[in-house]
Amino acid sequence: MKRSIIDILDLSTQELEELIATAEDIIADPDKYAHACDRKKLATLFFEPSTRTRMSFEAAMYELGGHVISVSSAMSSSAAKGESVADTAKTVSCYADIIAMRHPKEGAAYVAATNATIPVINAGDGGHCHPTQTLADLLTIWREKRRFEGLTIGLCGDLKFGRTVHSLINAMSRYNGNRFVLISPEELKVPSYVKKGSLKKFNIPYTQTTDLEAVMPELDILYMTRVQRERFFNEEDYLRLKDSYILTPDKLKNAKPDLAILHPLPRVNEISVAIDDDPRACYFKQVLNGKYMRMALILKLLKEAGTI
Amino acid sequence: MNIDSIQNGVVIDHITAGQGMKLYHLLKLDETDLSVAIIRNVVSRKMGKKDIIKIDADIPVNLDVIAYVDPGATVNIIRNGALVEKRQMELPEMLTDVLTCKNPRCITSTEQELKHVFRLTDRENKVYRCIYCETKAGI
Repeated sequence: MKRSIIDILDLSTQELEELIATAEDIIADPDKYAHACDRKKLATLFFEPSTRTRMSFEAAMYELGGHVISVSSAMSSSAAKGESVADTAKTVSCYADIIAMRHPKEGAAYVAATNATIPVINAGDGGHCHPTQTLADLLTIWREKRRFEGLTIGLCGDLKFGRTVHSLINAMSRYNGNRFVLISPEELKVPSYVKKGSLKKFNIPYTQTTDLEAVMPELDILYMTRVQRERFFNEEDYLRLKDSYILTPDKLKNAKPDLAILHPLPRVNEISVAIDDDPRACYFKQVLNGKYMRMALILKLLKEAGTI
Repeated sequence: MNIDSIQNGVVIDHITAGQGMKLYHLLKLDETDLSVAIIRNVVSRKMGKKDIIKIDADIPVNLDVIAYVDPGATVNIIRNGALVEKRQMELPEMLTDVLTCKNPRCITSTEQELKHVFRLTDRENKVYRCIYCETKAGI
């Protein structure tokens, strides 16, 4: 049956564990999967600039033996002529077997999913959801910690507009014994609906602070984020807040030796390049993990749709 | 103050005082040429004050709108001058084209043909969220 993934919560914890198992199997034996999607086509519809997510989806499909057809920007597509997302989804369903879509408007992926006859993967809909980034985050946490329970997770930076932060909170709130430390400027705190929907609903302990260094020794995971210019209506606010947190080797002095530092990338300056060689820096591993999880997700959805 | 009884029509009673006009607009009664009486601030034993809307025509009214705006209201159907049906309100699971999403980043802000649909996500606190962007509804 055709199924789409709009939000990380569309996947149960059991399904997440199955995806992680598939991803680890792909890592262990990539040849086994080299023809899993022979002659199948992924359509990447990216109506908003993106380098890594699009390339990651495309690399994932190629490594599964499939093909990619693409719309790389809204300006070069029929959207520029005023075509609706619904019509685009119906049309592309005639060409491809699965869609990965990024769109600046929140809810666009849902509209595509309800109109397409093939599975749709949300590759980011404005500030709303970005489930495959969360899949990358989860595989990274799993490979670094071998557990999803009993972790103190620090989230730092733009916790208001950062969709990856909201998805990660939602995903990790479903496991026992986790604690969140929310580090942000006052103006960029986690919205109350995220706190109500996950943290309070599952009685997950959390603290909110503006002081990264003070909480550093407690953390098992530190998830850094970029303050995103494109989420602000007001340039002045962006300029005032963009350099709120910059992680430097000095700030890691009191961190645990097995801390895992994650970042959804791209970074601007919020993690100093001097940290890249620190064994605790996991953000480039995270990029690679994202590709494996996208491979696992494409396989799962094509299998469920009866396409492979 | 006297408002004639209606023979065939709908009486929306027990509307929280002050909500009558809002309901009148949300039910799109202003777009019809029906005889409609909006009675405001009527003395009520149960409520202190209440609003009443009387529609002099047996037309289907959108109960979802009434339930959302004022779940304590009652809808009475009058036929041949007699009360034939009294409906209690219950919060609907979905509201379609009753409210519009106020989030400028929502897909409904650019794609005009999309229905504005809100889902009840918290019955206790009467919270509805846009099915597309999950923004909380507000009138």
